[in-house]
Amino acid sequence: MFSGMTELRHKYLRHHKKFPHVWCPGCGNGIVLGAFIRAIERLELEKDEIVFAAGIGCSGRMPTYVDFNTLHTTHGRALTFATGIKLAKPSLHVIAVMGDGDAVAIGGNHFIHAARRNLDLTAIIINNQIYGMTGGQASPTTPYGAHSTTSAFSNIEHAFSIAELAVAAGASFVARGTVYHAAQLDKLIEKGISKNGFSVVEVMSNCHVQFGRRNKMSDPVTMLNWLKEHAVSKDNGSSLPPDSLDDKFTIGILADVDKPDYIEEYKKIRQKAKRD
Amino acid sequence: MAHEMNGRKFLLQGNEAMAEGAIAAGCRFFAGYPITPASEISERMSYRLPQVDGTFIQMEDEIASLGAVIGASLAGVKSMTATSGPGFSLMQENLGYACMTEVPCVVVNVMRGGPSTGLPTSPSQGDVLQARWGTHGDHPVIVLAVSSVSECFSITVTAFNLSEKYRVPVVMLSDEVVAHSRETYTIPSADSIEVVDRIIPNVPPEWYKPYEDNSRGVPPMAAMGDGYRHHITGLVHDAYGFPTEKQDEIETFLKRQFRKITNGFFEIQITKKINIEDAEIAVIAYGSVARSARRAVAMARAHGIKAGLVQLVTLFPFPKNSVVNVMRQCRAVLVPEMNMGQISREVKRVNTGLTEVSKYNRIDGQLITPLEIFEELQKL
Ligand SMILES: Cc1ncc(C[n+]2csc(CCOP(=O)(O)OP(=O)(O)O)c2C)c(N)n1
Ligand code: SF4
Ligand SMILES: [Mg+2]
Repeated sequence: MFSGMTELRHKYLRHHKKFPHVWCPGCGNGIVLGAFIRAIERLELEKDEIVFAAGIGCSGRMPTYVDFNTLHTTHGRALTFATGIKLAKPSLHVIAVMGDGDAVAIGGNHFIHAARRNLDLTAIIINNQIYGMTGGQASPTTPYGAHSTTSAFSNIEHAFSIAELAVAAGASFVARGTVYHAAQLDKLIEKGISKNGFSVVEVMSNCHVQFGRRNKMSDPVTMLNWLKEHAVSKDNGSSLPPDSLDDKFTIGILADVDKPDYIEEYKKIRQKAKRD
Repeated sequence: MAHEMNGRKFLLQGNEAMAEGAIAAGCRFFAGYPITPASEISERMSYRLPQVDGTFIQMEDEIASLGAVIGASLAGVKSMTATSGPGFSLMQENLGYACMTEVPCVVVNVMRGGPSTGLPTSPSQGDVLQARWGTHGDHPVIVLAVSSVSECFSITVTAFNLSEKYRVPVVMLSDEVVAHSRETYTIPSADSIEVVDRIIPNVPPEWYKPYEDNSRGVPPMAAMGDGYRHHITGLVHDAYGFPTEKQDEIETFLKRQFRKITNGFFEIQITKKINIEDAEIAVIAYGSVARSARRAVAMARAHGIKAGLVQLVTLFPFPKNSVVNVMRQCRAVLVPEMNMGQISREVKRVNTGLTEVSKYNRIDGQLITPLEIFEELQKL
């Protein structure tokens, strides 16, 4: 465990105002929040220069609890608000946290365009493979064959791979971690925030209450074990036989490329416009 | 400098004048998505904003456009978007978000025929009640309508000023005719334009309550990054901005939204009166129809009919006082509109037996002409 966690809690949480939180006991969201706070601490960023925005969902409640400039937007739209904030005040570090439904169902269009545009934002996507807040309906990342309240017999749709979608759409930095691999998650989020350009950190997480319960994993420990068993580190994934990777997912850094970000480009546009 | 516009004369179309009005009002952020007949606003902003150290961005859709506009305003920059019917429909959820979080911004809807894709290149006034009630939930809004190139400039400045002063989104309704007509217009000198900025907190950050009531009902607004860290949510919230489900806090919050607009009613209700002093009958009109009505009134006067015009610049909150005064004085009023009667409903609502209200409606994609209005006036 991180030794100074109590101090960090006092430093970053709005503990006297907004607790207890709304999350179920054992929810992976808490682990992601912890990783996020540790990343901020390590990066030595000032609270005033951080904007933490979210969409709607269980994940969307995260900004409420932390002492930054926080924003709870509309469902799926966190990145659009983040875009306006960053362009209006480029000195701010703008981080958006989203759920899987939030980011790639209703907000899917914003997600791919943010990646393509390459504005310096960080997107943390908590993929719990379900619509948690609304009661366990199937999401675009619910696995084929899984059960949910809107696929009681079996999910016949196929899941998105969020991280790979981000790579294909052109994000500068893409990583995937899990709430089981907490130490790695801290580092991935830290790298995502410090990267100049659009960065995505997909976090595989547990919603044992709405997803696990209907899929024979009704407690957090079973779900964390599932994450442990299904995550393959990117570096040794290629050495395994393809068959054994079928229901697995890779974790680690999937893309890290350098290209000019939107703000640098726009500065040049201003110069050209003034010469005109 | 090439981009110094003030005091110079231009042949401008309505859409271009709106862009210039926005810049004069201090707008430095625009996000939009192309749509006829509003695209020239985006195009001009994409050219002009970088000249004045502002930012233009073309987003992936209208939902994103308004999201970005609200974000930029939260970071302290005056912001605007512009669209037409289909895009305006997409903006409704985020428009409600701006109401709920009290974020100043200006949303232009250059109306075209609807519903759906409708008549992309024809004028219409079909979105008047959508502008009022389009987002869900009970909420007050400010809706303004423009009728000429000069108003496209001046009323855009007003829209920003009201938005900043009351911390509400302001919807501006234009239409295809106003948007694309070209007129010569001299951009006023900078010092002749009154520009209002939002009030920012003057207390230390630890004392700041972002949604605390005051006599005006409009709390000071801190920009993100200025040291006043707080929470912003579309959930009903308490004075600190945190979600609440406490009855007394819910009611206090929502009633303040109405109160701040009611408090400012006399300043917000803008109308223009022409030949009203001795009028016996009057036209009540807005947008490009008000332009035709002006001519029609002159024609009627030339025929010895004592007609007048009340042009509604503010559509909502409905300028009840101005309208009622005219209704008291006139034996009949005519409400011509390019819809089946959206503002005439409001006129009838405030007409408590004061006068006779008739309406004249066209929904065939054609502008209502002065002659048509004149003929209707002769029947009153
Ligand atoms: C426009 C709109 N549609 C639907 C909803 C209802 N809704 C709230 S949260 C949610 C899904 C949340 O799922 P996800 O994004 O995966 O987040 P999680 O709760 O799992 O963290 C939905 C559909 C909404 N708030 N807004
Ligand atoms: S419903 Fe699922 S995602 Fe939501 S708080 Fe509970 S465990 Fe977490
Ligand atoms: Mg989810």
